[in-house]
Formats: sequence, C-alpha cells, structure tokens
Amino acid sequence: MQMPETRAPADDLHAQALRRDERKERLVLLGLSGPALLLLTVIMILPVAWLLGLSFIGDDGHFTLVHYQRMLDQPSFRRIFFTTFQVSLITTLLCVLAGYPLAYLIAQLPERAASVCLIAILIPFWISVLVRTYAWLVLLQRKGLINQWGIAMGWWDEPLALVHNLTGTLIGMVHIMLPFLVLPLLGAMRSIDMNLIKAASSLGASPARAFRTVFLPLSLPGLIAGSVIVFILCLGFYITPAVLGGGKVIMVSNQIANDIEMFFNWGAASALGVVLLALTLVLLWLAGRLMRLDRMLGGVN
Amino acid sequence: MAGVNAVPITARGLRKRYGSVRALDDVDLEVRPGEFLTLLGPSGSGKTTLLMVLAGFIRPDQGSLLFGDEEVIRLAPHKRNIGMVFQNYALFPHMDVAGNVAYPLILRGLKGPALAERVERALETVQLSGYGERRIDALSGGQRQRVALARAIVFEPRIVLMDEPLSALDKQLRERMQIELRRLHDKLGTTTIYVTHDQREALTMSDRIAVINEGRIQQLDTPRALYERPISRFVAEFIGESTVLNVTVGPSRDSCICAGQVLKLAQTASREGAALLMLRPERLKVLAADAQIQQGQNQLQARVVDNVYQGDSFLLQAQLTDGSVIGLRGIAGTAELAALPARGESLRLGFDVSDTVLLADADA
Amino acid sequence: MRDWLNASAGDSQVTHRQRLWLYLVAALVLFFLVAPTLIVVPMSFSASQYLEFPPREWSLRWYRAYWESTEWMQVTKTSFLIGGLTTLLATPLGTLAAYGLFASRLRFARVIHTLLLTPIIVPVVLVAIGVFYAFVRLKLVNSLAGIVFSHSMLAIPLVVLVVNSALKSYDMNQELVARSLGASRPRAFFTITLPQIRFALLTSALLAFLTSFDEVIMAQFIAGGDNSTLTRKMFSSLRDQIDPTIAAISTLMIVVTTVLLGLTQLLGRAKK
Repeated sequence: MQMPETRAPADDLHAQALRRDERKERLVLLGLSGPALLLLTVIMILPVAWLLGLSFIGDDGHFTLVHYQRMLDQPSFRRIFFTTFQVSLITTLLCVLAGYPLAYLIAQLPERAASVCLIAILIPFWISVLVRTYAWLVLLQRKGLINQWGIAMGWWDEPLALVHNLTGTLIGMVHIMLPFLVLPLLGAMRSIDMNLIKAASSLGASPARAFRTVFLPLSLPGLIAGSVIVFILCLGFYITPAVLGGGKVIMVSNQIANDIEMFFNWGAASALGVVLLALTLVLLWLAGRLMRLDRMLGGVN
Repeated sequence: MAGVNAVPITARGLRKRYGSVRALDDVDLEVRPGEFLTLLGPSGSGKTTLLMVLAGFIRPDQGSLLFGDEEVIRLAPHKRNIGMVFQNYALFPHMDVAGNVAYPLILRGLKGPALAERVERALETVQLSGYGERRIDALSGGQRQRVALARAIVFEPRIVLMDEPLSALDKQLRERMQIELRRLHDKLGTTTIYVTHDQREALTMSDRIAVINEGRIQQLDTPRALYERPISRFVAEFIGESTVLNVTVGPSRDSCICAGQVLKLAQTASREGAALLMLRPERLKVLAADAQIQQGQNQLQARVVDNVYQGDSFLLQAQLTDGSVIGLRGIAGTAELAALPARGESLRLGFDVSDTVLLADADA
Repeated sequence: MRDWLNASAGDSQVTHRQRLWLYLVAALVLFFLVAPTLIVVPMSFSASQYLEFPPREWSLRWYRAYWESTEWMQVTKTSFLIGGLTTLLATPLGTLAAYGLFASRLRFARVIHTLLLTPIIVPVVLVAIGVFYAFVRLKLVNSLAGIVFSHSMLAIPLVVLVVNSALKSYDMNQELVARSLGASRPRAFFTITLPQIRFALLTSALLAFLTSFDEVIMAQFIAGGDNSTLTRKMFSSLRDQIDPTIAAISTLMIVVTTVLLGLTQLLGRAKK
C-alpha cells in the first residue's frame, strides 16, 4: 500500500515533525500582529526611546546629566510641576464629586432612562477635545455667554475673568475628563449585586447606612480606576491648558512643546519628558497594586 | 453495515501532555469501518482530547493516526474529511438552516440545483424537511441539534465525530435523539466516534465502548462484555451499579473465599491470593430459607442493613460478616416486597456462577 | 406630582422625594456635560462677530467664510484624506493583530497585547516630539505618509481593544466547526468569524477615523505645510484670536461625529 509520507522511526512517531508543525502554527498566528507591531516600533517605540536617550546626551555628544541638572535648578521647573499636580488633583476631585452622584443615579435607573443618560455622556465624549475646548473659550470670555447672563441676572457687575487662567482651565478639564470617570465607575456600580443592599435594609440599616456600609465600599474599585485614569490623563494633557490657560497655565506637556517649538531645546524637552513618562508609569504601577489590594479587601468583606 | 465511504481508524502511541498532566497516555485504538464507537469517561479523562486529536484540532506530542491507509496525524483539520457535531451545536447564526447545511458543500465547489437537492436530502434525513429558510434562533434545542447533524453528514464524510451532542437536551428528548442518532448511523454506515460521560447513553448506542480514564483506555469492548466482564474496578464502578468485594482466591484458582464463604468463579483466575470480586445488584436474588442451591449457583449469607423503595425497584443493603455491604436490586412487586426479610434479619443471596466476576486487582 | 414624590424609587424604600437632591445634582451635571458641547451649534448661526446666544440675527456668514476660504477647504480635505487612509491602514492591522493574539492562546500573546496598547499609555506630547525628531532626520516631516503612519499608530490600540472584546464574546467553536467541514483557517475566518464581528470592526474603523480627524498634538509638529490638517489650523487660530469661523467648523465636526456614531448604532441594531 502506498504511504503518502516517509515513516518516522517507530519509537519517534512523528514527535519532531509534530513539534515543528505546532511551532509553525504558533508563529503564524503571532505573526499576524507583526505589521501592527512593526508600525508601533518604528513610529513610536524607537523615536521615544531615541528621545529619552537624548536627555542624557549633552551638546558635546557625550553622556551627561546636565539637562536634568538645569531642569532641577530652574525655578520654573518647580512651578510647572506644581501647576500640573494642582490642575490634575483638583480636576480629579471635582470629577469625583460631580461624577459619583451621576453614576449612582444612572446605575439605579431602568434601562431606557439609563440609555438616554448614557448617550448624554457619550456624545461629549466622542466630540473632539478641540471643539469642546473652543466652546468653553467662547462661553467663558469677557463678552461670552456666562458673563452676559451673570451680569443680566445681577449676580455680578464686572465681567469675571473666567478664561485665560486657572479657573477656565479647570472648568474645561473637568468637562473633558468627567466621562472618563463616570464610565468605568458606572460599569463597576452596575455589577454590584443589589440584593446585598436589600439584605442590609432587611437587617435594619437605614438607606443612608446601607449606602455607606455596603454600596460605597463595593463601588470603590471602580471609583479608584476612574480617578487614576483621569489623573494620569490630566498629567499629560496639552490642548485644554494651552487654549483656556492663555499662556498662564503651563503644565508639563505645554512646557515640553514650548521647549521644542520655540527654543529647539531637545535636551530640556526630553529630560522633562523622561520625568513625565516615569511619573505616568509609577502611577500606573501604583494603581495596579491598589486595585489588587482593593479587590482583596472587597473579597474579605 | 459499513457504508461506501466508511474507513477504519488506527491510532497508535498517542501522547499529549499539558505541563505535568498526561491528557493522553500512550493511547492505541482500532476502530472498524462503519462502527459506532463511544469514548466513555468522566470529565478530565481525556476523551475529548482524544476526539480533538482525531479531528486535528489538538496536535499530540507524538503518535500515529491512520484513516484507512492514510497517515493523517499531520494533516490539517479541513483536509481530513470528517464531520463534526459539538455539544453546543456551533451553528452559524448569520446564515439560515439551508445556509448552514450547504456550507460544507459550497466549500467543495457544489452550486445551483445540485447543491439545493443535497441540502434538502440531508434535511429530510434528520426529519427537518422544509426548514431551510428558518433562522437559527427560531429553532428549539432538538431542532438545532438536527441541523448540526445534517451539516455534518451532508458531504458524506468518511468519519463522523460527536462531542457530547445530547448533553444540552432534557432527558426525554435526549433518549429520543439517542435512538434517532443510532438509526441515522445505521442508515449511513459511516464510522462514528461518540464522546459521552453518560454510561447509559453509551450502552444504548454503541457497537463498542472505549472506557477512558486518566488518559488511558481502560477497556475496549462491546457493551455487554463491559457490563458483564469489566476488567478493572474503575470500569466496574463507572458502568452500571456494582458492589466490589475483597476476596481471596484459592489454590485451585476456580473458587474464592468471601467473608469466610466459598464462591465458585465464572472464569479461572490468573493467580491465587487477594483479588476483587464484582457483583451486579440486579443479578442477585433473595433465596427462601429452605431453597436449595442449584448447580451453577453461588450463595452468600448476610444480614439486612437497609431497604430503599424506589418506585419500580427496591435496593436492599446487606452486610457480610467481614463488614462489607452488598447491594441487591429487585422489582418492587407486591409479592416480592412482602417476601423480603426485615432489617437486622439474616438473608441468603443467590446468584449465578457466571455472574461471579473477578476484576484485575490493579486498581485503575 | 405628589404621588410620584411619595412613590418608591426602585426596589429600596427610598422615595422619589428623598432622592430629589440626587436627581437635581445629576441633572445639573448632565446639563454641564451636554450644553456647552452643543451650544456652539446655534451660536455658529449668529450674524454678529460676537457669537450670541440666542443669535439676534441668524446668518450663514461663518459657514460661507469657511466654505469660501481656500485655506480652510484645503486643510479639511487633507484631514478627511488622512482620516480615511488611517482607517484603511489601522483597522486591518489592528484586527489581524487582535485575532492572531486571541487565537494563539499563548502566554506570550499577552506581552504583545500590552505592547500594542502602549500608545495609549505614553503621553501623546512625548510621542509627538519623538516622532518629530525622527521625521526631521528622515525628511518625513509634513509628509502624508508620515502623518498617516503616526495617526495609525495612535488608532491601532483602540482597534485592538474593540476587536479583542468582540472576540471574547464570540463562540470560537464556530471556526472549529467550519474548519472541520473543510474550510482552511483563513477561509473560516473570512466566512464565519469576520461577518459576526463586523459591528466591532465598524466601530473600530470609526474610532480610527475620529482618532485621526480629531488629533491635535502630533499634527502640531508633523502636519504642516501642504499637508496641514484642520485641527492644526484650528488650534493656531484659537491661540491667536477667536475666529468665529471656527464655530461653524466646530458645528460641522459635531455633525460629522454624531452622524458617524449614529450610523454605527443603527447598523448594530439592524444586525439584531
């Protein structure tokens, strides 16, 4: 009888060939992500790595820490990081204050009402940051809508300086970041088993107490996740402070861009960039540990 | 009964390890052309792994697999010409019934009226004529199963593989489908490998059953042979009810001592000494106090421990002097129930010598 | 009204009246989110330079200013072109990557998966100047190809995320069945899997387009000259003075985004 392929030695039974087949199949499947990886490596990983390396190279072309030294020496450095943290922290806090009640309500609503509310959150989410920032620019300016109404209603006499400063920047940032907090928080709240709340009430807890002792702790993982996302996004944010800050609110990303656009100071820009990237990664790592910790605590409860 | 296409399957030395777990431990298997062979075993026994190796979705670490004379172990699944039915049917929701059934034919280049005719014929075979335009989500579980079947056989594969296809159905439907499946197999004559953990199902449908545990085939035999002559404790306990007793085989090797009483064995034992004896509860009878023992019969003295009424039958538990408990199952007729001794009373159990079976003493 | 106030809100014993403050706060927040986003639309029709609301006089002058400006038209065309090319590049690359990683079931796949998501983690401004630095040396600054590649890099993580999550809720057994019935792996993917994840593909294509169309920071550095994008011109206009034409452009962008989003939602519902 004809054998379609040569027989391997009896005790081998195609072991080597099968192993090769398996490896080939795995490689092909992984290889499907090859083009995407290639693009990413060439367009992002290499340039960023190159850039980060640049922060350690002085004007003479040798390894140096002078850019970091200059960065630390400059008084503006401390101001910039203070501003960045200030904006990020306040924005995150405001988002939490405004977003938690909203998410809480949507989680309780029946499906149709909840979908309507969700659309109201998603529409601004999808619309370009530039467009939204521009809208706030128009609304907050001296002759803008807010000032017009405020004066007309008699709430204040002189037009308030609501834009080209910290206030305007914060308002814009909160507007942009709010969906980033509400969406993960809502997801976490929806997965909370409402039977636990009912159990708490049946045991005699008032609605406020049931909320405080059962719902709030269970919603914490989602809240932390959302807050971390918002904070990290704020750290690296560029557009809104640039437009609504009017040059007075300079965050790290704005400074980096300025260093290049105006001064072509690659050393300074890359040094700042390293710090920003390092901060982002540390925060992400911390958030990762926090989440796991929280899940453990949640489990114990 | 083998159909035109039916081929034998020969598997040799199949091995598959996942880390330290041996999913398949040197498996050899011979399936006759047109045979309905069931792979029977508990979860994690390796039966589904074996089926997937046959299908080509799992590559073993080594081994040989022949469909007829063709070595297929390295062949891609789509070239193996097999029909497959999964537990969750895996019908294509974006096509209607006819689309699903036509899919393998389209892959093979069929079109037009010839295609439509084959599809209709396949639907007729599974009693779903005229269902071609139905959407998948409008079908019941049983109907979906039949569409999956039609799709698996429409292209007349040389082998059909089924992975617990009936376990998602309710009891009544399942039992009906078992008979239908078997009838379909008889009609088509294709070599069929069927995976299940339900021993009753296996006994009902199969020409032969391969009992699998821990990656090895424990016993490959006809249903009756498996039931009456299990070779190991595992097989004895997995198929049907059984009582397994510790006995000592005597020097003549044709009898043994059980709780101090002598029993004649159905077959000569391979050696003397400690052994395991299996008794099937329904093969035991309660002997009247004065009844004589017949020629081909054994008896055991025991004491009634419990009696459970189960509607159509009763299960009596009787204890021997060495502490082991034997189960006896009988028909719960009025006369039979009345004749039973009460709890605590002594009892004589009678059974055929041919039902006095030793198991291989290696525990498997 | 009183009955409603006293009725129970949901399954707990809290009444609507007790929850009134919550409804108010939520309504305010929602208003805060939606109103400023949409207020630009009516304001863009105001005849006055000062973008009134409600407009005292309605006019299309800012739309005309946009339409008749060769500069604005040029950058708009460029943005649509780049957006389209980015979609065409990022969607297949991301989809294949997501599928390959999902089907391989290797532990190493997780590493690659994380790598593919890095553009979301790294602050965009860093990537922007890094790419700028590289492009200056490669003479790719302001080149169409350079911008499309850069935008695709930003879009791929989103495509991977969306397609991956669609695959997770997809029954891969169907592909196995298709292969057992005689379909090769690619054929099974194209005839069985792809049609069933097409909604996710559409969504990810839309995301890719929007990512490119709305992208500002990288455009600042590498999308200038002949290949300036709409966002770049808008951004520099914003920093100089408030050109009311931007209100008209913003409205158009809002319309484009909403229409595209609406389409995907409709198509998704039609599938069901």
